[in-house]
Amino acid sequence: MQVISNSYTMFKRCLTTSLRNPETIGTAIFIPAIVMWLFGILFGNVMDVGDYNYIDFIVPGIILQTVAQAVTAAAIGVNNDMQKGIIDRFRSMDISKSSVLTGHVLSAIVRNMIATIVVIGVAFAIGFRPQAGFLDWLIIAGVLILYMLAITWIAVICGLIAKTPESAGTMPFLLFVLPYISSGFVPVETMPKALKWFAENQPMTPIIDTLRALMLNQPLGNNLLLSLVWSAGIIAVAFTIAVQIYKNKTS
Amino acid sequence: MENIISVSNLKKSFKNLEVLKGVSFDIKKGSIFALLGSNGAGKTTAVRILATLSKPNSGSAAICGYDVVKQADEVRGCISLTGQFAAVDESLTGRENLQLIGKLRRLPNTNQRADELLAAFDLEDSAKRLAKTYSGGMRRRLDIAMSLMGSEKERQVIFLDEPTTGLDPQNRIAMWEMVKNLATDGATVFLTTQYLEEAEYLADKIAILHEGKIIAEGTLDELRKIYPPAKKEYVEIQPTLEEIFLKIVGCDVPGAPQSAKESE
Ligand SMILES: Nc1ncnc2c1ncn2[C@@H]1O[C@H](COP(=O)(O)OP(=O)(O)OP(=O)(O)O)[C@@H](O)[C@H]1O
Ligand SMILES: [Mg+2]
Repeated sequence: MQVISNSYTMFKRCLTTSLRNPETIGTAIFIPAIVMWLFGILFGNVMDVGDYNYIDFIVPGIILQTVAQAVTAAAIGVNNDMQKGIIDRFRSMDISKSSVLTGHVLSAIVRNMIATIVVIGVAFAIGFRPQAGFLDWLIIAGVLILYMLAITWIAVICGLIAKTPESAGTMPFLLFVLPYISSGFVPVETMPKALKWFAENQPMTPIIDTLRALMLNQPLGNNLLLSLVWSAGIIAVAFTIAVQIYKNKTS
Repeated sequence: MENIISVSNLKKSFKNLEVLKGVSFDIKKGSIFALLGSNGAGKTTAVRILATLSKPNSGSAAICGYDVVKQADEVRGCISLTGQFAAVDESLTGRENLQLIGKLRRLPNTNQRADELLAAFDLEDSAKRLAKTYSGGMRRRLDIAMSLMGSEKERQVIFLDEPTTGLDPQNRIAMWEMVKNLATDGATVFLTTQYLEEAEYLADKIAILHEGKIIAEGTLDELRKIYPPAKKEYVEIQPTLEEIFLKIVGCDVPGAPQSAKESE
């Protein structure tokens, strides 16, 4: 089918270009790894997070930061395509319209997975000791891929609305900061009132709690369901908005 | 021969700026059509409307029998566009750029066609280099090659917006031969150009766009009849297209600015 064939071709194009610029994956690994190392070493002894080791506690939040860092390349890539003449070439051809965006999204998922796996590897090296079994890891992968899709479509919107590639690249920074106002780095109960309310109700908290429960063999509660609903909802909304903006821009 | 492009009373404005004020013309299948006009005359605007990238405010245009607004996808299936500014992926090599277009259009023999085009556009030696390392002229040639990376059907109508700007004389002549061959093979070529000798050499039909309207249209000979040769005492000098052009757009002494003349 045309959509699948075109999306696959665009995916390969985006993957080729991002593998040619390995620094984009590099920063997506390096920055979260530094944050993890700093937090683990600096705060590891003073942070009281109950029965957990602090490094074990922060790994899920660090992974979400990795995703936030890894999607900036998608925002920049989409923006580049829109600014340069190549979009006009694609538009003048009888090909699937969404494939331009889908190609960026699929290659972003691959970049995200590479960065996340390496960051988890670094976490091991500095003392992360998960107790997840094989099935737990499969669920973790599923939850993360769905989350990556959601965040990538948000990044695509950033890429579509930004005036320059530079601003497209800085917009997803908010997604890097948000895990700090979630259950990612300190227990929500310790937060001031307004922050606590935000942290309890923002989507990153159930996702982080799900990852943590699966990694450290704790009860899941309704967090898994909540994270899936959040991610699916964000995908549906962000996808619709992105496609609409794309259509408005190109017609 | 039938008309493969027919444009009728096309109007387009950007905010308050009226660029096309009712443009009409027909192009015969298999011919080479050249649209001439000064900078800012609206040539690119016209090409973008015909290539479905932009919508007219009013009027209509049909290509291969399809309406460019209502049947944009069908039109896209029978045209190839080389815009005024290079549309290549800088982070891919020359060959990969060609393959990308071939794959998107699902050409059966992508690799073979890519090789042919690399040879035809003198890009074989740089096929494996990233397009961002190309010179301006090489990029332009790759750009044109990319738009020819399609099936016969997708090359029925070929738009070339200033195809030879930035090419050296050698490559320009090679480009001219290429365009002639495309038309010989049955394609219809729509080109815009700043080089009047290019239109003179290539075009079966020439249209001059000035202040939003087509102010002259026809073969070179027809244009010559409207603006007859200057009668000298013994020799008759055929006007070049350049002279005809400058006369029509109202700047009859080349090189002498109007204001300088008036103040004399
Ligand atoms: N998107 C746009 N928004 C506003 N004005 C535009 C836009 N595109 C073109 N114009 C204006 O329309 C006019 C015609 O532009 P166009 O690019 O069609 O000219 P052209 O004949 O191709 O010129 P050139 O020979 O310099 O390429 C110009 O005055 C230009 O500023
Ligand atoms: Mg132009």
